[in-house]
Amino acid sequence: MEGWGRYPRHESEVLHCRVPEALGRFVASRPGLIARGNGRSYGDAAIGENSTLMCGGLNRMKSFDAADRVLTAEGGVMLSDVLRSLVPRGCFPPVVPGTKFVTIGGMVASDVHGKNHHCDGGFGDHVNELKLVTANGEILTCSRSQNAELFSATVGGMGLTGVIAEATFRLRQIETGWIAQKTTVAENLAEALKALRQSEEATYSVAWIDCLSKGASLGRSLIFAGEHATPDQVRETLRADLFPSPNSAALTLPLDMPAWLLNKASVSAFNELYFRAGIRKSAKPMLVHWDNYFFPLDRILRWNRLYGKRGFIQHQCVVPDADALQVLSSILDRFAQSGKGSFLAVLKRLRGSAGLLSFAAPGYTLALDLPATQEVLRLLDEIDELVVKAGGRLYLAKDARQSRLTFECGYPRLDAFKVLRRATGADRRFNSRLAKRLGI
Amino acid sequence: MKRIGKTLLMIGATSDIGRATASYYGEAGWDIHLAGRAHAAVQREANDIATRTGASVTVHELDILQTARFEAFLGALSPLPDTVICVVGELGEQSRAEKELEYAAMVMRTNFEGPALLLGLLAERFAARGSGTIVGTSSVAGDRGRASNYVYGAAKAGLTAFLSGLRNRLSRSGVRVLTVKPGFVRTRMTDGMRLPSLLTAEPQEVAQKIFAVAEGGSRSDVVYVRGIWRPLMTVIRSIPESIFKRLRL
Ligand SMILES: Cc1cc2nc3c(=O)[nH]c(=O)nc-3n(C[C@H](O)[C@H](O)[C@H](O)COP(=O)(O)OP(=O)(O)OC[C@H]3O[C@@H](n4cnc5c(N)ncnc54)[C@H](O)[C@@H]3O)c2cc1C
Repeated sequence: MEGWGRYPRHESEVLHCRVPEALGRFVASRPGLIARGNGRSYGDAAIGENSTLMCGGLNRMKSFDAADRVLTAEGGVMLSDVLRSLVPRGCFPPVVPGTKFVTIGGMVASDVHGKNHHCDGGFGDHVNELKLVTANGEILTCSRSQNAELFSATVGGMGLTGVIAEATFRLRQIETGWIAQKTTVAENLAEALKALRQSEEATYSVAWIDCLSKGASLGRSLIFAGEHATPDQVRETLRADLFPSPNSAALTLPLDMPAWLLNKASVSAFNELYFRAGIRKSAKPMLVHWDNYFFPLDRILRWNRLYGKRGFIQHQCVVPDADALQVLSSILDRFAQSGKGSFLAVLKRLRGSAGLLSFAAPGYTLALDLPATQEVLRLLDEIDELVVKAGGRLYLAKDARQSRLTFECGYPRLDAFKVLRRATGADRRFNSRLAKRLGI
Repeated sequence: MKRIGKTLLMIGATSDIGRATASYYGEAGWDIHLAGRAHAAVQREANDIATRTGASVTVHELDILQTARFEAFLGALSPLPDTVICVVGELGEQSRAEKELEYAAMVMRTNFEGPALLLGLLAERFAARGSGTIVGTSSVAGDRGRASNYVYGAAKAGLTAFLSGLRNRLSRSGVRVLTVKPGFVRTRMTDGMRLPSLLTAEPQEVAQKIFAVAEGGSRSDVVYVRGIWRPLMTVIRSIPESIFKRLRL
């Protein structure tokens, strides 16, 4: 089995669960098991130490209260299905990651952050209640008032407290399915950080960095700020459908790309084109279809083949404001020097989060996609030292390789998490390769 | 979502094809009656369809083998549906059916007796009203008996003949009768089998096809979900018995 980054690969027995009633039986029958949603975590988080329980069959929605916009759905329901059925009814999930091909269970377990983390927090902050199948096969209802400790450990808990059978969460009201987007150009990293801070009143904001640019233009970026558009804005400019359907046309990358294709020349050509297009757009605000704004990569199915068979790594850290400029410039600088630039370098602003093991912490988060080569792995170890020194941490849903020490320094509430795992017997039931590697 | 004031009765709602098709109708604005054996499982599908599509969905308990309860089941249906789709089926294990009488009878009754009697009763009600669409799902396995599944195939052949007769009788009554032959479909029934991809449909594709033929402008009476089955089965049907009996199928 492998994660989205296709690195690392491990053997694991695969089990399929189709009805919620069977969850208890699966859990009780296997030690060293972990739930898996749609396998969109990059590394080894969704690979069971012995067995991996596929939750994709638990994909039924249960109820939707239109007045309060509260949805109850099984853990295996796909975000894409929620969007498909609720966007036309004027509702949008409170937080979405950069792909819609994730499950609700996966979103809770990773406490995913979106482009609106600085305003609205993580997905877990909008969950009212969970039904969790615990180590002894029981179903427990957890919320901020009932089994509260288990709730705060399960949000962001990477499946290590139990299997999320069901989640209840609140959606936001939208007047249209369009996003009014403003693009700002930043000539270097300092400007990019400033622009992100300045776009904090905007509901959504994110920066795309050209990570091959060096010297004075190190960290040159496009900052995209977005708001759900009003009907007036849409009528004026588009006269289009207020709630457009999801994109249907998608390309599938048919096979593994040869490794040499992703070289310095091709990446920098791509980045150059991308930036020129961005600069052209920055002149005026524009309306973007929700699917293109939030999920641009989903247009190409299986794009993870772009990096060839050896796979790739996403390195995502968060660094507190104080040292952000210095640490993030050293990271970008090292990659620019080594010529191992990434297609995808994304910078966002985060605030704190509630889950014991949630990733988000106040500061800036930088995510880079890199080929899984020995050289890159060595470089990342050095970079982790910088992150740790600055009091930062790495995102577990993307992690495939961090050391135990890096992890322990980054997550101060780890001990409380481990205590709870022992107390509920979860440590003897639920174990992923990630948990084993990091000693959780 | 726009409701259009039409109602579908789905018999066999917890199967993959039943679920996909009922959802498809729900999305198109239809209200739904879901009928099936295990109440909790049917309720789970009903909640899902209602939540996804905004349709009003009702749940009805029905065991296709308990034919004596059919009248009561239909009596409780309100409103009488505009379209009924029956996707009940049981592939069974051929080798077991060769040795166990009761088991073979169960496979035959599930695929033929139950669906035929129930659709027959509905046909009476539709004829009295002067409108309605009946969709029975039969199988390519009913087009010719084969060693590997002739108990199932024979029952489906019976259903195909029954639907054909019903269509013949009702052709001037305003009631439409459709026979759908899905071919291979990727469902729980075929889990773990190696299926040829050219001949294998997804449940969603079956749903689309059924809806397009039953509710669109098409006049087809017998529908293969993947068109390639039609010439294929024509060839298989035309092989002389003296040769066919020696083939390993
Ligand atoms: C292109 C792309 C963009 C992304 N962008 C973002 C982003 O912007 N922000 C962000 O936060 N993340 C992002 N991610 C990461 C992604 O959102 C998370 O990895 C998410 O958890 C994946 O969901 P999944 O259903 O595929 O879960 P999996 O990858 O299958 O599992 C992830 C974790 O959740 C656990 N889990 C899954 N289902 C259950 C369940 N039912 N019960 C208990 N535990 C469960 C697993 O054990 C595992 O630890 C991105 C990923 C990709 C591929």
